Amino acid sequence: METDGVVSIDHVSPEDSQEVHVLAVDDSLVDRKVIERLLKISACKVTAVDSGIRALQFLGLDEQRRTSESDGFVPSLKVDLIITDYCMPEMTGYELLKKIKESSMFREIPVVIMSSENILPRIDRCLEEGAEDFIVKPVKLSDVKRLKGYMATREVKVGSHDRRSGAEGVGIEINNKRKLEEEEEISDVSSSPPSISTLSSSPFASSPSSSPTSSPSVLASPIRRLKMSNTD
Amino acid sequence: MTMDVNQLQAKLREHQSAMFQQGFLDDQFSQLQKLQDESTPDFVLEVVTMFFDDSENLLKNMARCLEQVPADFKQIDAYAHQYKGSSASVGAARVKSVCATFRSFCETKNLDGCMRCLQQLQQEYSLLKNSLQYLFRLQNDIKAAGGSFS
Repeated sequence: METDGVVSIDHVSPEDSQEVHVLAVDDSLVDRKVIERLLKISACKVTAVDSGIRALQFLGLDEQRRTSESDGFVPSLKVDLIITDYCMPEMTGYELLKKIKESSMFREIPVVIMSSENILPRIDRCLEEGAEDFIVKPVKLSDVKRLKGYMATREVKVGSHDRRSGAEGVGIEINNKRKLEEEEEISDVSSSPPSISTLSSSPFASSPSSSPTSSPSVLASPIRRLKMSNTD
Repeated sequence: MTMDVNQLQAKLREHQSAMFQQGFLDDQFSQLQKLQDESTPDFVLEVVTMFFDDSENLLKNMARCLEQVPADFKQIDAYAHQYKGSSASVGAARVKSVCATFRSFCETKNLDGCMRCLQQLQQEYSLLKNSLQYLFRLQNDIKAAGGSFS
């Protein structure tokens, strides 16, 4: 498999296949370095690329490999999560998200969008397209810790559901929960706002249940962070 | 001039504290420090070095764009957006703040405002660079003297 165009890639041996493998996409060198470290420190294998096109190439979904879906091409490194910046030249994170969700082979992979801009219509659009979550930059360790929950969720759901309905069902469920949380949050936020860092580090501590899939406070946290960022 | 480890550590704490108090750095810088450990002892230095390189390129590009007639505000805004992003990622709060102002001047196509912002950015970058280089120097001196810092 070609690796030119991939900026940084971990060597994954068969024994490592248990470890979570994240494909990170960001055109900023500084941000790539930071997200890579955040993921590695959270025990993830990381492949970091600098564009949506490179990401598609890595997955084998690029234009030049139209045959990938029919010839049984499988990337040598299974990808468990894709985390991508929104604002990128040539192909935005949203466009990349669409391409992934259109692919029968990769639509199951959770995709998380990162953006420095807290724009609700943008966030809604991404969530509606099937993004698992939306993180407002700069990304913190607590954000990455939350992501690991999505990967565990996926393993549970792929086993027990029909591929198609399973993915869509959960996606829609998360979107609805997010909208509900959003409505609840609006009244919360107007009273004295605590600092952003305390909020973003609280989800697991305040979660009543130990399972990340059922905890509404885990899903609430990206919206909380978004609201708090507005006070900057 | 030789100083013992304790004195150096005190100086480091004081300098770092001042940088936060004066708004040069924000919590994101602390986040980066948390990501550094024995396996990645130069992580912060590496990220900051990348940021310095990025800064210099962006400042040069913005200056070049502002010299053009007519100025391409869309392009300048793209650079300011990039710079705002990377400064946010390393915790360079004052730089980030000036970038935000810069962007609003781009939006209103205010050439004068943009030029003043560029000047301010160059100043802020220069101050930050000097301060951080001093911080890293203190850290190195502490390490060399056999000490450590959190």
